[in-house]
Amino acid sequence: MPVLGTEETPVWRRRTTAAQWSIWGAWLIGVAIVVYCWKLVSDKTVWFFVTDAPRQAADMASRMVPPKWSYMDKLWQPVWDTINIATLGTLLAIAMAFPIAFLAARNTTPNGAVRAFALFVIVSSRSINSLIWALMLVAIIGPGVFAGVLAIGFRSIGFCAKLLYEAIEEIDAKQVEAIEATGASGGQKLIYGVVPQILPTFAGISVFRWDINIRESTVLGLVGAGGIGIQLDASISTLAWTQVSLILIVILATVIVSEWVSARVRHAII
Amino acid sequence: MSETTANSYPRTWKKPPLIGNRLLRWALWFGAAIYLSVALGTMDINWGRVAEGLPRGQKFITAFFPPDFVSRWDSIVDGILESIWMTVIATVAGIALSVPVGLGAARNLASMPVYLFCRAVIALSRTFPEVILAIFAVKLFGFGPFAGFLALSIATVGFYAKLLAEDIEDMDPGQAEAIKATGAGWFQWVNYAIQPQVMPRMIGLAVYRLDINFRESAVVGIVGGGGIGATLLTAFDRYEFDSAAAILVIIIVIVMVLEYSSGFLRKWVQ
Repeated sequence: MPVLGTEETPVWRRRTTAAQWSIWGAWLIGVAIVVYCWKLVSDKTVWFFVTDAPRQAADMASRMVPPKWSYMDKLWQPVWDTINIATLGTLLAIAMAFPIAFLAARNTTPNGAVRAFALFVIVSSRSINSLIWALMLVAIIGPGVFAGVLAIGFRSIGFCAKLLYEAIEEIDAKQVEAIEATGASGGQKLIYGVVPQILPTFAGISVFRWDINIRESTVLGLVGAGGIGIQLDASISTLAWTQVSLILIVILATVIVSEWVSARVRHAII
Repeated sequence: MSETTANSYPRTWKKPPLIGNRLLRWALWFGAAIYLSVALGTMDINWGRVAEGLPRGQKFITAFFPPDFVSRWDSIVDGILESIWMTVIATVAGIALSVPVGLGAARNLASMPVYLFCRAVIALSRTFPEVILAIFAVKLFGFGPFAGFLALSIATVGFYAKLLAEDIEDMDPGQAEAIKATGAGWFQWVNYAIQPQVMPRMIGLAVYRLDINFRESAVVGIVGGGGIGATLLTAFDRYEFDSAAAILVIIIVIVMVLEYSSGFLRKWVQ
């Protein structure tokens, strides 16, 4: 413990002088970076719009109430589509993530080159947002729910596979060894030694990702990939604010329900 | 004797199922089958359009070998830099806002009304995806990085404050009590008892959030919130797949660097 040694009364301090200075230096650099970034963003901002924003917000809020409840009739189909995009996308993702996770885990991968490839798939899938995946897929296979399902699927592979391969690396090796001692082949070792240990984690990951995907699939419609985002985009473009507020309420409700379901299911599994 | 015991034990073994209750298991399988058939039935895939797009998809994949960094280089650099500034200040501002909210949302620190208020703030900012927040920020504050900055900051609060609050609730009460016993005031108590306990994890999460914000900054541009997203959208709309591929490669590389450095930083902090 750093103590400032004066003659009669030692004074307690939290850090040594050197540590104090290096922390101070790190703060200085950090603050300088932030201030510099702020200046650059501020240069690109029209401050008139920003100062005007509270008035705009009040105006928009007044136009949003009351929500146009009768529009709900046209929203059931998009909500159903949104849920389907999330669910089918998650199914697609876990079907692809499962083998990739085994290829990426250090203790089950066949060799280093395959592992590097699997890790590359995981990183690229994770780095690209589902909206960008949707943008790409809409350009390639055309707008619609199918593009949304694929976008959610591709985006979720990385997430599911990453969590899953970390779980595989943390399994108890003794159980696998015990299975091996019975004379099991490589495939049997995976099925009876590894899979039962990761199955609960796997189920938890899937439900967790499903919950995230519900949230993400609400916006895919903005680029034309199906779901409630299409209605949101259309309503905003036509300045139909009472419809916008209803859509926001519906999104809020869907997300809350999915979060509740996901929490319940995960609680039941673990 | 040995004959009878050998016979009374089953000679074959079956793997126990994940879900113990047989009725529940079959109900789940049955429900899943019905849901899948209904969902796939309503999906309405235009296979003709999909088939038509496949050559374009192939063109897109070949565009990655090699991606075209040159012809749109200036706007790519502009977009990426804008994304980075936006990410940095949004992360810093979001975390600065999260600290009071997170302290207020920890049950062992705050009184009931403060706790409920802070939890409501977290729930609201967590529900809506960044893109929806960005749409409204663009409506209110005009096009440009300021809107993206606001959207990302709000989303950061929902994420960071929640995890901070949970971390504080899980802390070791012994240390907190020890600091209290020295007669520390509230701020001293937070600074010396709580902050050192949550700091290592929080620094790791800050870098993780920086990473998420950078990825999200690529999509807020699609709705006009500044950053690389606008460039990417233009590239897709013009079917300039080789430029789009270049942007995606840059995004992936930056995310990989951030991920690597976050792992490094976390090791260094702990």
